Amino acid sequence: MPIISSTDLLAILPTAFVVVWACTLLLVDVFAGAGGKRLTPWLAALGLLAALVLSVRGGGLEQTAFNGMLEVDGFSHAINALVLGSGLLAVLLSVDYLRQHGIAKGEYYVMLLFSISGVMLMGAAADLIVVFLSIELLSIPLYILAAFAQPDPKSEEAGLKYFLLGAFAGAFLLYGVALVYGATASTRLSEITAAVAAGLENPIFLLLGAALILIGFGFKVAAAPFHMWTPDVYEGAPTPVTAFMAVGAKVGGFAALLRVFIVAFPSLGADLAPVLIGVVAATLIIGNVAAIAQNNIKRLLAYSSISHAGFILMAFVPYADDAVYRDTLAAALFYLLAFAVTSFGSWAVVMALEKAEGKGLELQDYAGLFRRHPGLAVAMFVFMLSFIGVPPTLGFAGKFYLFRAVLEGGYVGLAVLGVLTSLVSAYYYLRVVVVMFMQDGKPQAQASPLLNLATAVTAVGTVALFFFSQPLLDWAAGAFLRLF
Amino acid sequence: MVTNLLTDYWPILVLLLVSLGFAGIAMGGGLLLGPRRSSARKQEAYESGMRAIGPGTRQMPVRFYLVAVLFILFDIEVIFFLPWAVVFRQYYENGLGAFILLEMLVFIVILLVGYAYAWKKGALEWE
Amino acid sequence: MVPVQYFVGLSAILFTLGALGVLTRRNAIIIFMSIELMLNSANLLFVAFARAFEALSGQIFVFFVMTVAAAEVAVGLALIVAVFRTKDTINIDEVSSLRG
Repeated sequence: MPIISSTDLLAILPTAFVVVWACTLLLVDVFAGAGGKRLTPWLAALGLLAALVLSVRGGGLEQTAFNGMLEVDGFSHAINALVLGSGLLAVLLSVDYLRQHGIAKGEYYVMLLFSISGVMLMGAAADLIVVFLSIELLSIPLYILAAFAQPDPKSEEAGLKYFLLGAFAGAFLLYGVALVYGATASTRLSEITAAVAAGLENPIFLLLGAALILIGFGFKVAAAPFHMWTPDVYEGAPTPVTAFMAVGAKVGGFAALLRVFIVAFPSLGADLAPVLIGVVAATLIIGNVAAIAQNNIKRLLAYSSISHAGFILMAFVPYADDAVYRDTLAAALFYLLAFAVTSFGSWAVVMALEKAEGKGLELQDYAGLFRRHPGLAVAMFVFMLSFIGVPPTLGFAGKFYLFRAVLEGGYVGLAVLGVLTSLVSAYYYLRVVVVMFMQDGKPQAQASPLLNLATAVTAVGTVALFFFSQPLLDWAAGAFLRLF
Repeated sequence: MVTNLLTDYWPILVLLLVSLGFAGIAMGGGLLLGPRRSSARKQEAYESGMRAIGPGTRQMPVRFYLVAVLFILFDIEVIFFLPWAVVFRQYYENGLGAFILLEMLVFIVILLVGYAYAWKKGALEWE
Repeated sequence: MVPVQYFVGLSAILFTLGALGVLTRRNAIIIFMSIELMLNSANLLFVAFARAFEALSGQIFVFFVMTVAAAEVAVGLALIVAVFRTKDTINIDEVSSLRG
């Protein structure tokens, strides 16, 4: 008879802590007076910090929990650290923004915490049903957050679009899970591998199921041709939500994608490789080429985030190759870290210049930024360099390790395509820099100490962490998956 | 096998006959014994005192929507009580009664958090 | 006993109908109903396979999917109502203003 032991609870302590903290915060916020409500963001940050400490302290823990539903290992710890750090940055970015835009409600932070707990579960999910549940736990609060600025029509539209396409993707994922269940009589990743090894009655179900699961994840991480929602949702959602969405949803999506396919579907590697190459090529080309035509900074960064999803997916192509999958996994984790730091920084600069009613988001609004606010302009310059992949920034190290891993897997063409599209991307990233440094204008930035802090931390981090990229890669390489 | 299957459904057939018979007696009795007087009132679509005017799809107060959503949420959670109740005795007889009770308590506390929130936010008020 | 292939066929038809509904309809509520049809076709598949394997796990998954669907209904209807209040329409072509 299956029971839950204290070791199970210990294994998911950081996740459980975030969930309990979020429930408590919901009640505290609704019962507190006006003075108490002002504390909500700080309580949320405190909870995230505590969960981060718990996660790091339990970093050596490796075990299968809840009868094989969850797998706690180096990989899940790395995902926890990434998403909790992102959550802290998101809270930092949100506090002043919400106040200035008149949408400072406690529920915002509660939804953020729930979404983070979803990502944490995705990093540890070892059963397809847990994958489905945690992806919904990640997404449903994000639908609400995207529409949080209601009755602003743009935000509502973003929420509705994100909801409809997210639920659509969820249905694909679920149908894929059902087909895999039909093929292997189990949804446990390890049992799927065992059933495949023992021979299947209907191998076509497995292939179809894996393909549908891939489509579901493709929507979540915004890979072409399932990326159409991204620019609209990123533009319409409140900017701090966009910042978290860009990183949090990607971290969760890639975490589950990597674990599910590496553990459960290594046998399909040869069948899926052409499909994956097609998806990666389409994502890289569409993301980078469409970004050139954008004049709105939020849309530009949205297409840029699509292209970065393409880069991370590159590492995923040789997933079934026993010799290189560890290196590609480490490269993908490292790239996620580099993208997270750089992306949050760039969104922080966008928020510093954003004004009410969606003003201050055109590229021309950045003209003369260097003259007026040299700090912000230099920080944005650093982030753009990191996005392109120019040393000495984290983005360069990320791309370097990624291309190296892809070459190791023997996909020379993909690596070449990656370099070429990086060159294309330099055009639109440098256009931002040119506008900031060379053109005249009178941009008005909000002086918000928290925002400046976040910008400074991420800008310094983008450069400083570059000099620690080897230890960081070692950390990512240590975050291996437990195979069976 | 086939005969087994049929005998399994025997009670349902009996139930069907009884309910049909009951409905038939009730309606047929009324038809045979009751007086029949037609009037303009009785020809109306709704004989409930409500005037049948305007289009059939009228706007409903949005309060109904809120109550309906809350109902769906709390109603669907009951689904998890069923499998719990199925295995409860099995756990209890193996000396794990406290554990299985605690599991359900955790679940109910989570529901209560949502309930308390909805209450405090005024979603249950019907002024 | 009805062979499991029949259920697979039926659920594949339902899933395709749902997916086509999402892609061709313009009313947000009807799109949402189509998505629910897709979820329920997956539920049908789960139950059919659970019966074929004589395992309970598939039926339990359906419970989880139903609760997730209920949560999505709550959030989705709230979003649709909010959009209707500001724009007086839930035709997604008319709602759409974000372009570029």
